[in-house]
Parts: sequence; C-alpha cells; structure tokens
Amino acid sequence: MTYRVNVRVMPRSGLLDPQGQAVEHALSALGFAEAGEVRVGRAIQLEVAAPSRADAEARARQMCDKLLANPVTEDYLLEVEEA
Amino acid sequence: MLNVAVVRFPGSNSDFDALRASAAVGANSYFVWHRDGDLRGADVVILPGGFSYGDYLRAGAIARFSPIMSAVQRHAAEGGAVLGICNGFQILCEAQLLPGALMRNAGLHFVSKPVDVIIERTDTPFTADFEVGRRVRLPVAHGEGRFLAADDTLRMLEAEGRVVLRYVADSEGSPYQPNPNGSAAHIAGVRNPTGNVVGMMPHPERADDPVLGLADGRGFFTSMAAWKPQPTIAKVLNR
Repeated sequence: MTYRVNVRVMPRSGLLDPQGQAVEHALSALGFAEAGEVRVGRAIQLEVAAPSRADAEARARQMCDKLLANPVTEDYLLEVEEA
Repeated sequence: MLNVAVVRFPGSNSDFDALRASAAVGANSYFVWHRDGDLRGADVVILPGGFSYGDYLRAGAIARFSPIMSAVQRHAAEGGAVLGICNGFQILCEAQLLPGALMRNAGLHFVSKPVDVIIERTDTPFTADFEVGRRVRLPVAHGEGRFLAADDTLRMLEAEGRVVLRYVADSEGSPYQPNPNGSAAHIAGVRNPTGNVVGMMPHPERADDPVLGLADGRGFFTSMAAWKPQPTIAKVLNR
C-alpha cells in the first residue's frame, strides 16, 4: 500500500518565532488587526510504501525524529491517509 | 606538521578562507569533499561557513548526513579537534556533536558586520593563545545564528564552563553591537564536554590578517597550530 503522509512542523510553543511576529505585523499593517498569535512552520508531504497504516506512521515518525524536525526547537504533527 | 582537513559541502563559501588561514600558521591544510569517507590523517577538521545544501529544511540538517560526517564523528570521539564556523556550527549542532540549535535571527535580518565577543574558555584547541576575558572583534554573517537550547541544557553549559565565546552585554554600548541575533545568554560559541569540538558563529578565518581590516581571528589559528593532539583511549584501541 501507498500512504500519503502530511507532516506539519511548528516552532515549539513558547519559543520566539520572529517569522510569525513579522507576519503578524504585516497582517496588522494590512488592516487585519484581529490576527494574533501568528506562528510560521513548515508543511512536508510525502508518500510512503508500507504494509499498513501503522507501519507507514511509524516510519514517518522516524523520518521526523531523524531529519524532518529538530527535536530541540520544533514539534511535529503527522497525518497518514491512503494515497 | 599539523594536518587540517577543511570539509567542503555543496554551498560552502568560507572553505578557501579556512584553508588559507590554516596554511598561514604553517599547517598542512587541504580540502576533503563531503562525499569522501576519509579525513586523510587529519589532526584538525574545520567545517567552514556557507550554505550547505542551500540551507534546505534547516541550516546544516542535510549536511550532517553527508558521508564525511561519519568520519568527523569518529575523529571527534577519538579526541581530534573539530572547529565549526557559522554553517559549520549549525552542522555540529544538527549532528549532536554540540548541544542546542541555531535559529532564525531574532531581528529576522541577515546580519553581516563586525561584532565584539569575549573569550571565556582558553582550554580548547582553538582558543589557547588567548587569555580569559580577552575581547576580540570578528565578523559575523548569518541569518540563523540565534543559539538556543533547553533551559536545563543552558544551565549545564554554564555550570560546566562550556561557553567559549559570548557577545558583549547590551549594557556595554559598544558600536560593535552586542548580541546581533538574540542568542540565549549572548552565546556566540560553545564546546563539547571534552573541549575538542568547538562551534562558533563569528568568522575568525575572515579576520586573521591586518590587510583584511581585522586580525583578531588569527589567534584561533595560532592556537590550533600549537595544539598537540592527545590520543584518547578510543583512538589507541582502534589502532
């Protein structure tokens, strides 16, 4: 089976996110003063060939721990669906 | 003669500076390619500045899995000296040879200018020629130089005296602006527990000769040239 994996990597909450702050200021300057708590992360999409959804998720989690996210500064969320 | 291997990654841009600054203190300096598996008898390894792999994903995140990095890990474990400058520092953090991470500058700007830093440790292969507390002026040039680590890691670094370089405090009012990137505790450079692996954001190799406008960086290379490799048990056992 092939599974599509969506990974969302976000700066760990509580850490200064200067990109998020800059985007928040820009939104405010554009008249979107109601926007707040903006944080900027990264989305990674990939396909994984695996015998089961659980296997696909386990492998994807290893990919995140090893490469896709930095354990010191980032958290990630995984979504796995059949491709 | 001291053998100094300068690792070139696709996107390295301070590689020639590191090569020249090492040769200038009498070392036998040479390049190794990131896909090589062998450091060719290096006593010292320099991971130079630049934008390895375009800084894709995170600075240093992909470079750390280059084939040469296994040899660098071994070299470090055997007590060999390793200096990571700028992108090299980022790679050493990603490779977990040094703690913490280097994040986007707090001001978001790429910062390229001379800054003053204070030498806090002289028991490393790269700072032995300085005295503790010495202030040196070195260029920085980075977009992701904000050193960050978990609170307990920061406490450990301070308790173990592993902060090698620190930007001068804001209160100094130096024209060579304090803390250009928002680093935790003004940290500009750290070392590993045994002191043989050092990472720093400022660029000594771009400031080692009066003709370059700044010469304080030379001390890092004269320190290196005088350093005597001390084989560890691991190295002796591997022979």
